[in-house]
Order: sequence, then structure tokens, then C-alpha cells
Amino acid sequence: MKRILISLLAITAFTSAALAAPLSFDFKDPKGVNNVVFKLDAPLEAINGSASGITGTVSFDPANPAATAGRIVVATASMHVPNPTMKEHLHSAMWMDVAKHPEMTFEAKSLKNVKTTGDTTTAEAVGTMSVRGVTKEVIVPVKLTYLKDKLAVRSNGTMKGDLLVLRANFTIKRSDFGINPRAPEEKVSDAIELSLSIAGAAPR
Amino acid sequence: MKRALQFLAVAVALGATGLWLVTGANRGWTKTSVPRKTLDDVTGIEAITYEKAFKPGLDFLGAAWLGASVLASASLLIRRKPTNESKL
Repeated sequence: MKRILISLLAITAFTSAALAAPLSFDFKDPKGVNNVVFKLDAPLEAINGSASGITGTVSFDPANPAATAGRIVVATASMHVPNPTMKEHLHSAMWMDVAKHPEMTFEAKSLKNVKTTGDTTTAEAVGTMSVRGVTKEVIVPVKLTYLKDKLAVRSNGTMKGDLLVLRANFTIKRSDFGINPRAPEEKVSDAIELSLSIAGAAPR
Repeated sequence: MKRALQFLAVAVALGATGLWLVTGANRGWTKTSVPRKTLDDVTGIEAITYEKAFKPGLDFLGAAWLGASVLASASLLIRRKPTNESKL
């Protein structure tokens, strides 16, 4: 009897642990919705563009959002601006050097100042950002929205699982990452405003 | 020849200005694509796709006017053929 009880307790504990395990959300987006918008101030017109080549995984535990960690990768070749000459410059060695640095990454190692209300968590993600081969420590304000069982709705019933929406608005400095340091600030601002809106899926 | 260059200069200036006005008088740089935003109902994310569209900007207008000025200036360097009256 004692052995049966111990076995039952062990099974319950194991099942609970398995259920409470963090979910791994894949941010590769077959729908092409995920994007990061960038903006740099310039005299005639602000340089506005976006990148859509986003991949990466984030580990998120709905029962413990503070334990969130992950890595988001943006393909630099997917960066687009509406002016073709500007786009050519953006991809060139002086700016993003797409040929030599095909990816820029943000790796979140921990969250601080975590506040959760319902399915939404706001926090500051502490991690590193790598652009043009330069890695810097950054703190990024993030908003995470956990959408339980919404993968089926998004995939027209072909998949079951959860979605995690990640939003972040923050600013980095061009000079910190060696992005065309010769360009004077009167012509292009040093500050690059970034706005990340991405959704990841955790199929079951 | 002189008349042809002057006509061409006016045509370039008017044509470029007309095209700039018709396409929305874009006061920024020339664009060959425009962003189109669509809302993803489930996630609430605004997806951005780019559609091909030519939107001339102030750089296009400036280049066209510069070209027109060059043509008009060139026309001033060409002497008119003397007419029969002036020969007399």
C-alpha cells in the first residue's frame, strides 16, 4: 500500500512538473507577419524601413513568466527601405555589411521588473545584442502576450498549440555597433528606433 | 535646333512636375515601393509588405529641373540661322 502511494505521488509530481515545464516558442513565421521596424531621423525625410526575416526561439513558462529567455535572429538581407539607392547603401559594407554579417541577434538572458496581468507580462529583458559583429549588453522593455490554444485559430485548425506575442520598442546607437561611423549626425541620426512585433508558436 | 532644345527643356520640367503632382507630391526621397499594412487578427500584429510603386520625390524633381536647365542653357549657345531678311 505504501509503495502504491509513493508511486502515485511520484507520478503526480512528475506530471505536474511536465505540465509546468516552460514552453518553447518558435518564431519562424510562415505567414510573414513578424517584423521589426527601424527609423533613423534625417533632414529631408526620416529613414523608415522594416525587416521580416525573423527566426529564433523563446522559452516561456505561463506559470513563471519571469523565467523567460530566448534568442531572436533577424536576417540583415531582409531589411528593406522604399528608396532603392538607400537600400543599396543600407546593405553595403559601410552600413549593415549584409555579405559579412548576415544576421543580427538579440539574446535575452533574464527578465527584471516583471509585471503580469492576465495573459500579458511586461518586463525588462536583460541580454545582449549583436549587430555587425559587435556585441553589447542591453536592457529592452518587452511586452509578452500568451495566447493559449490560439495556434489552431491561426493555422486554420491544422495545428494545435499556443502563441506568444512579443513586442518591444527601444533605441540603439549607430555608433555603438560601428554602423557607418563616418555619416555625420546632421545627415543621419545616431539613434536607431526599433519596434519589434513578433509571434511565436508552441505546437502540441 | 534651338527651338527643339527649348521645347524639350519645358517638356522635361512640366512632365516631371506633373508626374510628381499626380503621384502624390511626395516631399521625401523617390520610392520604388510602398509599404502596405495588414492586421493579423489573432496576434494583433500589423504585417508589413511592400508593393511596387513609383513615387517620385524631391530628388527626382530636382534632377529633372536641373536637366531642363541644362537643356535651356544649351539652347542659348546655339545661334539662330540667319533668315533671308537679316542677310539683306
